[in-house]
Amino acid sequence: MHKIESKNVNFNYGEFQALHDISMSMKENTVTALIGPSGCGKSTYLRLLNRMNDLIDNTHMTGSILIDGVDIYERQTNVDDLRKNVGMVFQKPNPFPKTIYENVAYGLRVNGITDKNEIEERVVTSIEQVALWDEVKDKLKKSAFELSGGQQQRLCIARALAIQPSVLLMDEPTSALDPISTAKVEELIYELKNKYTIVIVTHNMQQAGRVSDNTAFFYMGKLIEYDKTKTIFTKPTIKQTEDYITGRFG
Amino acid sequence: MLSSAATSITVILIVFFLFIEGAGVFTKKPIDDGFLLAVSVDNQVKKIKPSEIKDIYDQKITNWKQLGGKDLPIVLFRAGDITDYYTEEELGKNFEFFPDKINELIAKTPGIIAFFSDKYKAKDFKGRELDIDKIKVSEFLSGEEWFPTAQPIAQMGVKPLIYGTLWVSLGAILLALPIGLAAAIYLSEIAKKRTRSLLKPLIELLAAIPSVVYGFFGLVIIVPLIQSTFDLPVGETGLAGSVVLAIMALPTIITISEDAMRNTPRAMKEASLALGASKWQTIYKIVIPYSASGITAGAILGIGRAIGETMAVLMVTGNAAVIPHTLLEPVRTIPATIAAELGEAPNGGLHYEALFALGCILFIITFGINMLVELVTNRNSHKKH
Amino acid sequence: MSQQSSLAKKKRRNQNIAFGIFTFTSYAIVALLFVILAFIVIKGIGVISWEFITEMPKNGMTEGGIFPAIVGTLCLVLVSMVFAFPVGVLAAIYMNEYVKDGWIKKIIKQMTNNLAGVPSIVFGLFGMSLFVNKMGFGDSILAGGLTLGLLVLPIVIRTTEESLKAVDDTFRQASYGLGASKWETTSKIVFPIAFPNIITGLILSVGRVSGETAPILFTVAAYFLPKLPTSIFDQAMALPYHLYVISTSGTNIEASRAMAYGTALVLIIIVLISNLLANALRKYYGNKVKTN
Repeated sequence: MHKIESKNVNFNYGEFQALHDISMSMKENTVTALIGPSGCGKSTYLRLLNRMNDLIDNTHMTGSILIDGVDIYERQTNVDDLRKNVGMVFQKPNPFPKTIYENVAYGLRVNGITDKNEIEERVVTSIEQVALWDEVKDKLKKSAFELSGGQQQRLCIARALAIQPSVLLMDEPTSALDPISTAKVEELIYELKNKYTIVIVTHNMQQAGRVSDNTAFFYMGKLIEYDKTKTIFTKPTIKQTEDYITGRFG
Repeated sequence: MLSSAATSITVILIVFFLFIEGAGVFTKKPIDDGFLLAVSVDNQVKKIKPSEIKDIYDQKITNWKQLGGKDLPIVLFRAGDITDYYTEEELGKNFEFFPDKINELIAKTPGIIAFFSDKYKAKDFKGRELDIDKIKVSEFLSGEEWFPTAQPIAQMGVKPLIYGTLWVSLGAILLALPIGLAAAIYLSEIAKKRTRSLLKPLIELLAAIPSVVYGFFGLVIIVPLIQSTFDLPVGETGLAGSVVLAIMALPTIITISEDAMRNTPRAMKEASLALGASKWQTIYKIVIPYSASGITAGAILGIGRAIGETMAVLMVTGNAAVIPHTLLEPVRTIPATIAAELGEAPNGGLHYEALFALGCILFIITFGINMLVELVTNRNSHKKH
Repeated sequence: MSQQSSLAKKKRRNQNIAFGIFTFTSYAIVALLFVILAFIVIKGIGVISWEFITEMPKNGMTEGGIFPAIVGTLCLVLVSMVFAFPVGVLAAIYMNEYVKDGWIKKIIKQMTNNLAGVPSIVFGLFGMSLFVNKMGFGDSILAGGLTLGLLVLPIVIRTTEESLKAVDDTFRQASYGLGASKWETTSKIVFPIAFPNIITGLILSVGRVSGETAPILFTVAAYFLPKLPTSIFDQAMALPYHLYVISTSGTNIEASRAMAYGTALVLIIIVLISNLLANALRKYYGNKVKTN
């Protein structure tokens, strides 16, 4: 069974149709990269997977998206539970104006965990998971804003991991980072693959090539081609994909 | 060029005129023009404080010893008491012997203190005019009695007025803050765009209604309501003032808090929601702390409005110049005092100047509040960088 | 998963309670506005008639009309606007188009804010001290009008500044590009575009001036005058002060209640019209400038 499965997904912002009939599925513990030029619908699609687009007024979706076989747009699906299971990392690091510790603990608290020891244990584990522990262990009570951009982004990943999701959505997670921080985050994605199903939106072809197992190419709201990353990058079957990958447009 | 400085010039002029007029109350003898207090020449008390004069006439001080003089009972005398000592014949048909008789009385009564108009002061005056201390700023601020027209000496203690102002304003903000916050949260985080664009102008319209109309509404609706609800002798109470002021402060609090909440970065809210927090959790754990300084600014400005509000308060609070113990008593605020009394205070007189001094206090408070708001919002903008 | 669902249920329930309270409170505030308005409209509508608008008060202000108060308020509006509008608009133009960002601008801005925060009764004290006594205008329309003019100056300045800021910089650049001077650009391009919005500030100020009582208590307002003012050095009656007088200290408060409701309604109508007009103008021209 596929971890994530979307069938005939259409999505509108008001009159504008942003996604046309998207059907694609992702296996458990794989990394899927969504690529394509700006405005192609890749981020919109990503934000459908944890119903983040619900927040925008005047939108409309048809079709279905299943995670673990359950339709996440069904009435009885609780959106808070869904988002707890489907973590998200954003384009720019967006820590809360709280301490480093509280940033990671936040997700645990809002999900009803009150046991201090449990919170502490999971905060430490998550920070270790993103290889940030040595850098921040002495300043857990300091504001998260004191960290560098790359550290902040890894903290945001730790924050998402702390509530133990099974899916991790990443919306251009390294676009605001320097090359060294980018390399660290990519390394991290590679390691996390063993435990999580990861969907990553990226502008960076090399990045898609480095971290993903499968790659989907979006263009003008349509899914043009979806295959193994190796195949997409070496012998794409569709001309538009090839043009984009070789940098002829986009 | 000059017109751009108009507001600055106005502020400076306001400060200048207010303080010039208000300072008079501290530089002048605190006794009505044309009156004097006289004692026997043998009396050792040279100077006396206004509050001591009042205690003497209230018979709380009955012996000169208490004021550092000789052990001698104080004999109170007002011009009207003259008939206790002399017959009408002795005073003459047209009171032409009045000055002489007062003179005589003062000379032969060592313990006397006499208060009378100086047109009755004899040419060969045998008594001594008592030197009265000027009112000190500290006495003005801490005095507990406000009887600016009392005879023989006015009592200018603004404590009951300051208390009245603070009580009514605090009551108002305690009512308005939770209600205003609730509405701000609704408008900024819950309401659909269309609902918001419908409700917001309506709420802002509350700010446009003239305060005298609020006062009138309070007088005919809220005052009787409070009277019957709490079974009070009068409904004109501090609470009535607080309720009316709360309604008037709502638009300020709502507009400023809502602005602050809408400034919360979208990324922050999305991060919270993406972690499985509910919308409500996101509001109270992220949005409210983030906009705390804006909300504080709104509350402070709301208090500022309430402290300075005149007409509505004047019409519904009953205006009793006593230190209030509960909000169910009549109280009098500083602005209401000025509005109610300035019309009766003779230009340039002590009472007139005291009311300007009240204006100074009011100006200082509101100026301070503006500065505080500036400080709070500035700190906030630093935080965002 | 079932345990999680109970947590989710609890979260949903808390949210529903909280949002219910917030929604209710917001509508309650709007309802309160309508209660106040409806109360005055219902009680006052029967009082308003041609006679009420055009006649003198009679019989200790328990009967007759409020004509002199309406005239007085109109005079005050006129005088205050003649003063505040040009001064405020020029100030804003100078501030927005000429002064560079820096400490001078900051101080002027701060002072304007401070002036806006000064309680209206303090304006009354100031007006009495300066205009009535020092300058010797006495209790007069001039003294009251100037006091009110100072009071609304910050409003005029702020709305004008906002209107000027809303003018797209490309208009200015285009004008400079054609060799126009700064003053030509400001007076021929920027000001005409911003003008409709500036007018909304004027209209709002009219509403504010009509309703203010405290500043006119000691600068102009008369308890009762049997004749209309003939010059700006005369005392005058005014609507808000009239309402205050007949509802708190008239010769017969109960008997003058009807007059009070009528007066309150007239005041409310003036204020509502000015606000609605300002809003409508803002919307209309706001769209127009954008589509240009």
